[in-house]
Amino acid sequence: MPEPIDTDVAIVGGGPAGLAAAIALRRRGIARVLVLERESEAGGIPRHCGHPPFGIREFGRPMTGPRYARRLRAEAAAAGVDLRTGHSVVSLEPGGRLTVAAPEGVRTVAARRIILATGAREATRAARLASGDRPIGVINTGALQSYIYLKRLKPFRRPVVVGTELVGLSALWTCMRHGIRPVAVVEEGMRATARWPLSLFPRLLGIPVHYGSRLGDIAGLPRVTHVEIDGPGGRKSRLACDGVLFTGRFLPEAALVRMGTLALDRGSGGPAVDQHGRCSDPAYFAAGNLLRPIETAGWCFREGRRIGEAVADDLAGALPVATRTVRVGHAAPIRFAVPQSLSLAGSSRLTGTIQLRVGTESAGRLTVRAGGRLLWSRRIDTRPERRILVPLQGIDLPEGIDAIEIAIEPGGGA
Amino acid sequence: MPEAIADSNRISGIGTADVAVIGAGVVGCAVTRRLALLGARVVLLEKAPDILAGASKGNSALLHTGFDAPPGSLECALMQRGHAEFLDIRERLGLPLLETGAMVVAWNEAEEDELDAIEAQARRNGVGDVVRLGRREVLAREPALAPHLRGAVLVPREHVIDPWSTPLAYLTQALANGAQALFGAEVCGGSFDGEAWTLQTARGAVRAARIVNCAGLQGDRIERLLLGDASFEIRPRKGQFVVFDKPAAGLLTTILLPVPTERTKGIVLTRTIYGNLLVGPTAEEQDERDRATIEAETLAALIAKAVEFVPALDGMPVNAAYAGLRPATERKEYRIRHEKDRHWITVGGIRSTGLTAALGLAAHVAELLAGEGWQASPLEDPVWTPVPNLAEHRPRDWQAPNHGEIVCHCEMVTRREIEATFASPLPPGDFGGLRRRTRAAMGRCQGFYCGARLAELTAGRLAEPLAAGDADA
Repeated sequence: MPEPIDTDVAIVGGGPAGLAAAIALRRRGIARVLVLERESEAGGIPRHCGHPPFGIREFGRPMTGPRYARRLRAEAAAAGVDLRTGHSVVSLEPGGRLTVAAPEGVRTVAARRIILATGAREATRAARLASGDRPIGVINTGALQSYIYLKRLKPFRRPVVVGTELVGLSALWTCMRHGIRPVAVVEEGMRATARWPLSLFPRLLGIPVHYGSRLGDIAGLPRVTHVEIDGPGGRKSRLACDGVLFTGRFLPEAALVRMGTLALDRGSGGPAVDQHGRCSDPAYFAAGNLLRPIETAGWCFREGRRIGEAVADDLAGALPVATRTVRVGHAAPIRFAVPQSLSLAGSSRLTGTIQLRVGTESAGRLTVRAGGRLLWSRRIDTRPERRILVPLQGIDLPEGIDAIEIAIEPGGGA
Repeated sequence: MPEAIADSNRISGIGTADVAVIGAGVVGCAVTRRLALLGARVVLLEKAPDILAGASKGNSALLHTGFDAPPGSLECALMQRGHAEFLDIRERLGLPLLETGAMVVAWNEAEEDELDAIEAQARRNGVGDVVRLGRREVLAREPALAPHLRGAVLVPREHVIDPWSTPLAYLTQALANGAQALFGAEVCGGSFDGEAWTLQTARGAVRAARIVNCAGLQGDRIERLLLGDASFEIRPRKGQFVVFDKPAAGLLTTILLPVPTERTKGIVLTRTIYGNLLVGPTAEEQDERDRATIEAETLAALIAKAVEFVPALDGMPVNAAYAGLRPATERKEYRIRHEKDRHWITVGGIRSTGLTAALGLAAHVAELLAGEGWQASPLEDPVWTPVPNLAEHRPRDWQAPNHGEIVCHCEMVTRREIEATFASPLPPGDFGGLRRRTRAAMGRCQGFYCGARLAELTAGRLAEPLAAGDADA
C-alpha cells in the first residue's frame, strides 16, 4: 500500500467552495493545503455550465462557467495549493483521517483539519419516484451539461423538461444553443420557481409550460417515446418526446457523511455545523452546497473563503472557545436552517447569519424567538428554493436559554 | 446493431447443434452451461441484445433453501439441488455470497400463529437447521427492527447472491467450453423433420437436434409457435422494488421475510451483494409481457413498509426503483413439458425461485435428455472462467493501482473494468447490460456525474447509444 499522506488541511472537493477555502488557507500561511478532487479536472459544476454570469464578485467581470473554473484553478495553483485530481475519497474517519482511492492505489490522508466541500446534485428520477418505464434518455441537468460542454454529445433532441428552478431555465438555454428543442416544461406549482423576469424565459423561447402538472408516466424502451402529463383537475395529456430532463430539487452530496460518524441534519441533508462551518467532530468543517441545496457558485466561493479563514484561525488557536452552544430550531413550512447551532464564546450576543428554505409557498412574519420572546422579525413572502437570510449579528440571547426558534407566523404588517 | 456485436456471434459454422436453448435468462444460461459441460454442441438463442432482458433482470437476489416450497414438489427439489451446486461451484466462477440467513418475522398475533407451521414445513422439506427465535432474540440479532415484532423462524442457509454476475458466469463458462450464443435472434418459426429442428430466427436459420425452451415470459408463445399448442399460459406477475443507498445496509444483516401467503412470498427486506438495502417485490397481475413499469404510489408504499419494519430507514435516500415480471402461470408449480418424440423440453413457469433453482433445472434437463437416449460425453477438464467481482465485501478493482480512472464514483467503477467487460467473451449488448456487469450508473446519482463520460466510452458499442447525436451538429 502506498505511503499515507500527511498534511495540515485536506479539502474534499475542488469546486468553488473547496478551492476558495484552499486559497484562503494558503494566503493565511498554512503550509500544506491538499485538495482532493475525484474528477479529472477541478472546478466543480461551473466546468460544464457554458453560460455567464460567473465570477462577477470574485473576479470583477462576468464569465462563462468553464472560464470561471479555469480561473479558480489558476488562482489555486498560484497560491501554492496541492491539487490532486483523480482522487476519490471513500471514507471519513474520526479525528481527521480519510481513505482515498488514488490512481496509484488506496491511500490514507491524515490532516489536522478537513474541510468537506462535496457540493450538491439534483434529485434523480428514482429519488422522485417517477412512474413509468426506465428507458434511456432520462437524465438531470448536470448530466445534460456535461454531455454538451465536456463531451460535445446530445443526450436527446426533443426532451420534456421537469421543473422551473433557475437550473431548469439554464438547461433550456443549454438546449436551445445546441440544437435541442424541448417540447414542454412541466411544473408542479401553479407558477415558476425562478424569479421574474427569468420565469418568462420558456415563453420567450416558445416552449409551452404546463403548470400544476406532473409526469404521470414515462414510456418507451429502449429510449423514451412519450410521456403522460397529469394536469390540473385530473386532465391527462400525452406528449411525444425522446427524453426527460429532471431539473433542480438539489440534494447535498453527503454520502460520505451518511456513511461516517459526523452528525447529519435531516432538514438540509448535509452535515450539521456551527457558524464557523465546524461539524460534530471538531477536526471536520464543511462549506458550499454540501451544507444546503443550493446556492450560486459565487456564494459557495465566498462561503468557502470564510470557512477557510475559520480553519486558519482554528489552527492558530484563534477560533474563540465556545462556552455556550445555541441550537437553531425551526418549524414548518421552514424546511431547514443552516447553521444548525451557534457556538458562543463568553458572551450572550448572537453572531452570524442563518440561512433558510421553505417547503411550500409561504407568506407572513418571519420570526426569531428564544423561550417565547421575540428577538427579531420581518415580513416575508417566499417560495421553495429561494434564499432566505436571518442576520443574527448583535442580537442578545436571554439568560438561561440555549435555543432559538425560527418560524413563519401568520399575518404580515410592517 | 453495431458491427462489434454481430461479429462476436457469427451464425456460420454451427452446423446442426445438439441442442438449441431458447432464452438467455438465468435458466437458459444455466442449461446452456450444463449441456456444454456434458459435451453437447449447444447454441443459445436470445431475441434481446443481451442476457437477462426479461424476468431474470429484476428479482430479489436470494439463494433459497426451499424451506417454504410446497413439500414434495419438483420446485423444492430443484431449488435444493441448485443451492447445493451453487455453493459447490461459486468460488471457481468468482461468485460472491453473503451468508446472512433469513428470518420469517411475525408482526402480529395471527402471523405468530403461523410460525409453527412454517417451522414444520421447513423440517418436512429437509431444512432441519431452522431455529425458532423469540422477540428478544430477534431484536438482539437485528437491533434496528421495529420492536413490536412477535418472533421469527430463522433459516440459516438462506443467502444473498449476485443476481446478474451469476447467470453471466454460467454463460461465460458455457462459451469457454464450446457453446455459442446468438443475440438479436428472435425465433420466428420452425419445424421438426423427425430428426432435427430447423428454427427460423432473426439472425438466420439454426438447425438443432433438440430444443430446450427457456423463454420465460414468452414460454407459452414459443410452444404455440413451434409445437402448435401451449401446455400452460403465462400470466405475468409484476414485482416492484426500491433500492436504498448504501448507508442503509448497515441497518440489517439478516434477510427479512414476511409470513407468506398462498400467492406470493411477500415483501422482502434484504441487503444486496453490492452493499445496498432492497425492499420488494409487490405481486401485481398484468397482461402486458414486455412492459414492467414502476408506479410512484406503489414505490411510496414499499418505502413506508420498509420504514415500518426498520424505523431508521425514514428519510433514507433512494438510489433506484425497478420492476420485474415473474413468468407465473395458472398454476404454482414449475411447468416442465417433455415431448420425447419431438425432441422438446419446456422449462416454464419459473418464478422468483429460478435464480436458486437454475442449476437444479439444468441438471434436470440433462437427465430428461439422457432419458430419451441422448449420449452425454462430459468434458474431462472443463475451463472455469471466474467473472469480475462486484460485491462490496470482496476486493474491488478500484482498490488496485492502474485502474485508468474511476468513471462512476457512486459505485466506484473503473475505466479498466469497463474496458474489460467490452473485451470479454460476453460483452454487454445494451446499457442495462453494461450496468449489470459493472455497476456503472447504478448508484445514488444515477449518472448525474458519470452519464456523459459513459456515453463517450460506450459510443458505437451498444445496441441503443446513450447519446442521440453530436452537440456541434
